[in-house]
Amino acid sequence: MSIIIDKLFANATKIIAIAILLIVAWIFVVLFQHSIESINAFGFDFITDTKWAPNLEKFGALPAIYGSVVSTFLAMILAVPLAIGVAIFLSELAPAKFKAPVGVSIELLAAIPSVIYGMWGLFYFVPIVRDVFGGIGISMLTAGIVLSIMILPFMAAVTRDAMNTTPDILKESAYALGGTKWDVIKDIIIPYAKAGIIGSFILALGRAIGETMAVTFVMGNVHKISADLTQPATSIPVTLANEFTEADTELYYSSLFELSLLLLVISFTIISVAKFYFLRRKRLV
Amino acid sequence: MTHTKKRIIINNIVMVLSTLSALIGIGFLFWILGVLIINGVDALTWSIFTQEGAPPGNAEGGLKHALIGQLMIVGVATLVGVPLGIMAGTYLSEYGQKSKLSEAIRDISDIMMSAPSIVIGAFVYAIIVAPMGHFSGWAGSIALTIIMLPIILRTTDDMLQLVPSTLREAAFALGAPKYKVIIQVVYRGAKAGILTGILLGVARVAGETAPLLFTSFNDNFLNTDMNAPVASLTVTMYNYATSPYEDWQKLGWAAAFILSMFILSLNIIGRLFIMKKKGK
Repeated sequence: MSIIIDKLFANATKIIAIAILLIVAWIFVVLFQHSIESINAFGFDFITDTKWAPNLEKFGALPAIYGSVVSTFLAMILAVPLAIGVAIFLSELAPAKFKAPVGVSIELLAAIPSVIYGMWGLFYFVPIVRDVFGGIGISMLTAGIVLSIMILPFMAAVTRDAMNTTPDILKESAYALGGTKWDVIKDIIIPYAKAGIIGSFILALGRAIGETMAVTFVMGNVHKISADLTQPATSIPVTLANEFTEADTELYYSSLFELSLLLLVISFTIISVAKFYFLRRKRLV
Repeated sequence: MTHTKKRIIINNIVMVLSTLSALIGIGFLFWILGVLIINGVDALTWSIFTQEGAPPGNAEGGLKHALIGQLMIVGVATLVGVPLGIMAGTYLSEYGQKSKLSEAIRDISDIMMSAPSIVIGAFVYAIIVAPMGHFSGWAGSIALTIIMLPIILRTTDDMLQLVPSTLREAAFALGAPKYKVIIQVVYRGAKAGILTGILLGVARVAGETAPLLFTSFNDNFLNTDMNAPVASLTVTMYNYATSPYEDWQKLGWAAAFILSMFILSLNIIGRLFIMKKKGK
């Protein structure tokens, strides 16, 4: 009897585990199937065309791709130096009694849902950007800034963890040779933790590019490519969030699915690079 | 200037800069928390818990519909996602171990944990909402289950691996079949860790908005029928906050406050479990 139960239990767990692989494959297949109409209609032009005009049945994704890339790039430029600074502070500078509370509050802030970052951005940050940089405040620039604040806690916490893995004996030896704190950080800790730090940044980049709610509030949804950062823009997730329930024709609907597929492929690639080349099995995710 | 002096000066500059960046970072983050608390507490009234949504301009509106809807959507996702995640995690740790299949599932789960959740929403729309012809609470729960699964699976897997193999061997030596060893010995040893994974998984999906936009959609009134559109705190927050009406925005802040307090407490409780375990 118990041999049968044993077999049942073992097989049930195996089936469910395999089902997870199948679900992921299924997601790709379904998104692809629903994109076919758009792929057939536009081909490669979908990615290079700048015109997104649902009323004319014309769908070009370049403005959304441009918005995703530029807002993510802005977020990274702003967040990377801050994250490194915070991580240095937390791992090397802060007095012992500050380390835990400050570290934990940063980790907790990483847990705040992105819809709340978006709401905060809309009510408190949009007016500031409007007053300081001009425009209506809802813009690519605001999206980049809000995004950078959203990914900062995650990047800082993971970078700190990576820095903390440096063996004490290495640091002590460097101090014994007369190194200053900065010497130790730059010549010992950062080289030691380099892979982990880069990995965490790439992972944050992967998350930022798929981040939806934090930017949906503050980016507008304007399918135009503008070099002026104070202009409203759009990104792939913003387009999806705003237009998915509005799609009234087959081709519109299919184009949105092609956008989803594009987003999934992009983020899957970025996250895989972070994971396989930099983080390996270190469970930093 | 001597070389040493230069190094000391550079050192001091860097130290000041990194302390400054910590202050900036923490300042921003406390700004957000402060805004949440000030606006949230300001907007909290009893009627929020007793009243359903109301048209703008009517002061009697509340969030009862969204609170109950949120509980239903997240509750169903938890009821489905947790056992499935634990079972799959059990396979990885106890049966598959370092096999190619297990490693592939681990890798894919890690990647899925960071994948954009709005894409999961699009997927569920295609397989559930479109064929059924209408938005539904079930669809929202399914989307959240898919997001929750890899989190529960990976924490279960990690926590079960921490259980010493001597415990398993001792139980096997007594003649217990493997499933009994797993259920009665291994699970018990990893209880706190698995619970932490569940709490963090629930906390994670409770804040999800994007995948709900086109699965459970929203409803401004109380609806307990999971086969129809169901309100959630997050989507309600999005709709109310982006509306031009002040009383709706106020309700949006109340929703933001309630939700973030809920998620932060789940995270804190989860952390306490881990700390207690480490303290032993």
